Amino acid sequence: MPEKLLSIEPNNPEGDWREAKAEFRKGTICYSAAPKNVTYLGLPNPRPWQPFDADWKLPPDWKQTILDGMKERLQKYRSFRLFMEICVRCGACADKCHFYIGSGDPKNMPVLRAELMRSVYRRYFTLTGRLFGSLVGARELTEDVIKEWFYYFCQCTECRRCSVFCPYGIDTAEITMMGRELLDLIGCNINWVLEPAANCFRTGNHLGVQPHAFQDSLQFAAGEASEITGLPIEVPINRKGAEILFVMPSADYFGTPHYYTLLGYLMLFHEIGLDYTVSAFASEGGNFGLFSSHELTKRLNAKIYEEAKRLGVKWILGGECGHMWRVFHQYMDTMNGPADFLEPPVSPITGTRFENARATRAVHICEFTADLIHHGKLRLDPSRNDRWNVTYHDSCNPSRAMGLLEEPRHILKNVCRNFHEMPENTIREQTFCCGSGAGLGTDENLEMRLRGGFPRANAVKYVREKHGVNLLACICAIDKATLPTLMEYWVPGVEVAGVHELLGNALIMTGEKERTTDLRGEDLRGEDLRVENLRGERLTKEEATRE
Amino acid sequence: MPVFEINGNSYEVDEDGFLQEPERWNHEVAKDFANTEAITDLTEEHWKVIDYIRNYYLEFGIAPMVRKVCKETGHKLSEIYKLFPSGPAKGACKLAGLPKPAGCV
Repeated sequence: MPEKLLSIEPNNPEGDWREAKAEFRKGTICYSAAPKNVTYLGLPNPRPWQPFDADWKLPPDWKQTILDGMKERLQKYRSFRLFMEICVRCGACADKCHFYIGSGDPKNMPVLRAELMRSVYRRYFTLTGRLFGSLVGARELTEDVIKEWFYYFCQCTECRRCSVFCPYGIDTAEITMMGRELLDLIGCNINWVLEPAANCFRTGNHLGVQPHAFQDSLQFAAGEASEITGLPIEVPINRKGAEILFVMPSADYFGTPHYYTLLGYLMLFHEIGLDYTVSAFASEGGNFGLFSSHELTKRLNAKIYEEAKRLGVKWILGGECGHMWRVFHQYMDTMNGPADFLEPPVSPITGTRFENARATRAVHICEFTADLIHHGKLRLDPSRNDRWNVTYHDSCNPSRAMGLLEEPRHILKNVCRNFHEMPENTIREQTFCCGSGAGLGTDENLEMRLRGGFPRANAVKYVREKHGVNLLACICAIDKATLPTLMEYWVPGVEVAGVHELLGNALIMTGEKERTTDLRGEDLRGEDLRVENLRGERLTKEEATRE
Repeated sequence: MPVFEINGNSYEVDEDGFLQEPERWNHEVAKDFANTEAITDLTEEHWKVIDYIRNYYLEFGIAPMVRKVCKETGHKLSEIYKLFPSGPAKGACKLAGLPKPAGCV
């Protein structure tokens, strides 16, 4: 019941904050990575263990491994060294974290989460820390400290909202990333990260969809898109010589409501006659390696350029995926580039040169579609989305890691007639996280997800009550997987959809038959404006509110 | 690895109770697992969904898309939730002896 999680106890523990204490219980933890996944990825110390076990079966030299790992990274990443040094504990970040707001646990303040590592840095890597120890905020690295790192670095979704407010520009997500990378060295990782990563190595995508299943799913979707529109919609797979390689998150061809976004892509590409292909090898835009280590990020990302090269495309178009864009926009070029075998992206329809993608040669589908709309290349009937009253959740990484703020809004305002923004300190670069990103979207972590998602849900509740909003649009597969649960818990009656699902509804396609249903199969002409909840039950607005 | 014991049978499962020995699956196993999902009686409608998912898994190595389950079995999503209260991915797949899917789902 929401009442239970609403009573957020300011959990200010007795004693010194440097005493490492983490209580592991189901609801606020993620299960450990299964040995088979650790082994598959060639990472150290595969073994059966769980965070609530007393003995984590760390390797005998774990302490030295962590300290050596820190030393290596302090030399390798200047940002890491800088972030360990410069915080002045001003507290600007403290109340900006959704996990702190939702849990009341002071160690979820970004400053204190970072301090869990800074205290170790001080003890072993600074002269004052070595000499004066706890007097200068230094502490010994113990097994309890490792457990505490694991607990709190797996209670950070690397969303980077706190860094927007830091006067020094400290990117706390990078501290979390370093923490997780160090924990990887001694085999303390979570299954919800390493299983998708291992699958990605094996089959090209997080869900472990093999090529024949990939083809089956895509063709099924093309068939449904054809049924809805009466047009012969096809989806080219592994087609050499196509102009564009389209890469999407694997959940788009597996889960719901992601799937309806896939229908939207296929309809759009058909309508504009795009010369494109999808790939069964580069069948994942997301990169759960990002939630583990730089090394794993790089290894998983390599397939994107490899496949673009093999297929001989000119450039890459990417789908509605969140953290994919942090990787594409900020790492791909230097990790696996330069992509000098590709061309700077130019829209074949409008002639627009995507200057911002000149280096990576990868364009976000919202940029691409917004440009089409801007040039009047799409005919749209926004009334087909009239059953929706829409607000937009800026997915963390597209907004904060690549500045994609206006493009999705431009699309939404053209494809639906009822659109209302949430309060300004909860959107755009200040957007609140879904609470389930960075590999934390797993069921055993549900309580913490609902707590972390509370600020986002609260903002949705505001526009639901003020404007009657019943649809939360977003452009991230983790959002689409986890926001429905969050809405069901905090704001019943609000559904979740991708931007390109709404585009697909509104798109008037050349030669299409009269649309009788929207992409979800709901009657377009009827008076029936009931909404479907998470369990697929159709409720009137009043019933949904009561629920 | 946790073990799930019922009716004198014991199964290796993951933390969420998903069968880890896919080769052992048959209808009797599905009946044993139905108890963990608070499903007391497996009807013909249940079997239609379970067998579709199971056969798809054997052919394709993965669960079918949720949308595909609905279309191929003729059930609306809401009806699938009525049959399997924790849904197609967690409830129906568990009874069909599939591993739990992980990722952005």
